[in-house]
Amino acid sequence: MDLHDFPALFQQKIDSETKIEPLDWMPDAYRKTLIRQISQHAHSEVVGMLPEGNWISRAPSLKRKAILIAKVQDEAGHGLYLYSSCETLGTSREATINDLHSGKAKYSSIFNYPTLTWADMGAIGWLVDGAAILNQVMLCRTSYGPYARAMVRICKEESFHQRQGFDILYTLSKGTDEQKAMCQDAINRWWWPSLMMFGPKDSESNNTDQSMKWKIKRKTNDELRQQFVDMCAEQVKVLNMTLPDQELKWNTETQHYDFGEINWDEFWNVVKGNGPCNKERLDARRKAHDEGEWVREAAKAYAKKRAGKNKHIAA
Amino acid sequence: MNKNSEINTNNKNTFLTDYCLHLADNSLILAQRNSAWCGHGPILEQDIAITNISLDILGQARNFYQYTAEILNSSKNNSSAAVTEVTEDSLAFLRDNREFKNCLLVEQENGDWGKTILRQFLFSNYQYLLYLQLQNSADEKLAAIATKAIKEVTYHLKWSSEWVIRLGDGTEESHQRITQSIHELWPFTEEIFINAKYENELTEDKIAVDVSVLKDAWYKKTAAIFAEATLTIPENVFAQKGGKHGAHTEKLGYILAEMQFMQRAYPGCIW
Ligand SMILES: [Fe+2]
Ligand SMILES: [Fe+2]
Repeated sequence: MDLHDFPALFQQKIDSETKIEPLDWMPDAYRKTLIRQISQHAHSEVVGMLPEGNWISRAPSLKRKAILIAKVQDEAGHGLYLYSSCETLGTSREATINDLHSGKAKYSSIFNYPTLTWADMGAIGWLVDGAAILNQVMLCRTSYGPYARAMVRICKEESFHQRQGFDILYTLSKGTDEQKAMCQDAINRWWWPSLMMFGPKDSESNNTDQSMKWKIKRKTNDELRQQFVDMCAEQVKVLNMTLPDQELKWNTETQHYDFGEINWDEFWNVVKGNGPCNKERLDARRKAHDEGEWVREAAKAYAKKRAGKNKHIAA
Repeated sequence: MNKNSEINTNNKNTFLTDYCLHLADNSLILAQRNSAWCGHGPILEQDIAITNISLDILGQARNFYQYTAEILNSSKNNSSAAVTEVTEDSLAFLRDNREFKNCLLVEQENGDWGKTILRQFLFSNYQYLLYLQLQNSADEKLAAIATKAIKEVTYHLKWSSEWVIRLGDGTEESHQRITQSIHELWPFTEEIFINAKYENELTEDKIAVDVSVLKDAWYKKTAAIFAEATLTIPENVFAQKGGKHGAHTEKLGYILAEMQFMQRAYPGCIW
């Protein structure tokens, strides 16, 4: 092979499971795909703080409050790791964040749904973090080194997120009738949006093929979604609750659960910005950023003064 | 036990539980305030930092509440009346405004980032000095809680000091903003160093810290940080007080309404 045949060398590395590192040659499209995916992922972590952050002030016990604060704070940390791995691809964090605020970059649509009751903290942990984990476990083996390593760190924390969510629901399911109803209602509202988290059907997803070839992804949307349904259909029994799908049924032939059709109109509507909370979420992020402007300016100005003083002392 | 000494023990216990509640309420209310920044901070790293402080002081509050509950439950066992068990949650979520004993400073609004970090600095500066002494309390439980918390508070003080300096000596705007916050918060600093009855009653036995003696060191540190930040300490400010014995600003009612909502709306549930 010609040593200067970069594309061939690149694909060879991918095929032999060698991680691609920041300074390695990579096709432009690979870089672009990664920047898009990692930044979307980073934004999802940060925007994802909002629906759960919404209940920190009202958590029903001190223990739950502490756990929820720690959980939401973890997500901020995930955002940081991911913005950093995105930077290794040559985009600044500032530019990446600007793309979110301008509406150019997307984040997971799941966070455009409102958190109406305390039980939503449980449903999010169980279903939303649960769905995220399946995706992220796969991404621990993604071909881009910094992304894979960020995922390994993140996955360690995610299993705590799912457990605390399930534990909230489990406690509700053993509680009063009101608590049980609250639990079922949250599952009803979060189930379908969680299934949508895996993205469009394989037959409609135009990025999947190339991403699989580059080993950015290793499972298709539909494969991951099926894995998720199989997992939740069993776990929901422990809660003595049901998933809101009449067609959910064990299929002895496929050895998987069959499930009903996702409302794809709703899916695309929320993606396009018409979800119940798209505006609130983006506004909240923009507001935090804008109101933080003077703070960042001050920190910069102070650091500059300090650097000047130090130089003076050194001289 | 003769009647008189029994009454004395009961009083002592009330002073002790009041003192514990005061310490717990301080931390809980400030944790509640700070945690509102989670997801809304000016920089992701600082969002994490303020949330961390929130978690630390919430942990302290829980330790003090749990100890209070322990004392209250054991003294109830001595009397025959069957009363529902006191827990950290019943103390946090089922007491009303007038029973909260936090100082007024911690219930003040977050305002902008400058006001929040200034409030943290003024409070951590006090809490650091307090815990330093409380580590030697004759009450072993209190001493243990303080010993555990002092490391955290050392960091809170360092972090908030750095922010005061950064904003004071940053840009003209940041200097102006934090100066404004100093004027808003300063009236609430005096109260911290006036011993409440429960503090007075417990200092002789070396259980509580005499807060009046902390004031000089607190002022010195504040003056030093302000000087570095090119900020000035206001003079002749009328002091607002009352929080430590349950006379609060109107703000606390709203904090409690939100914080206690679930326990009030769904009484007696396990969460
Ligand atoms: Fe996460
Ligand atoms: Fe998570």
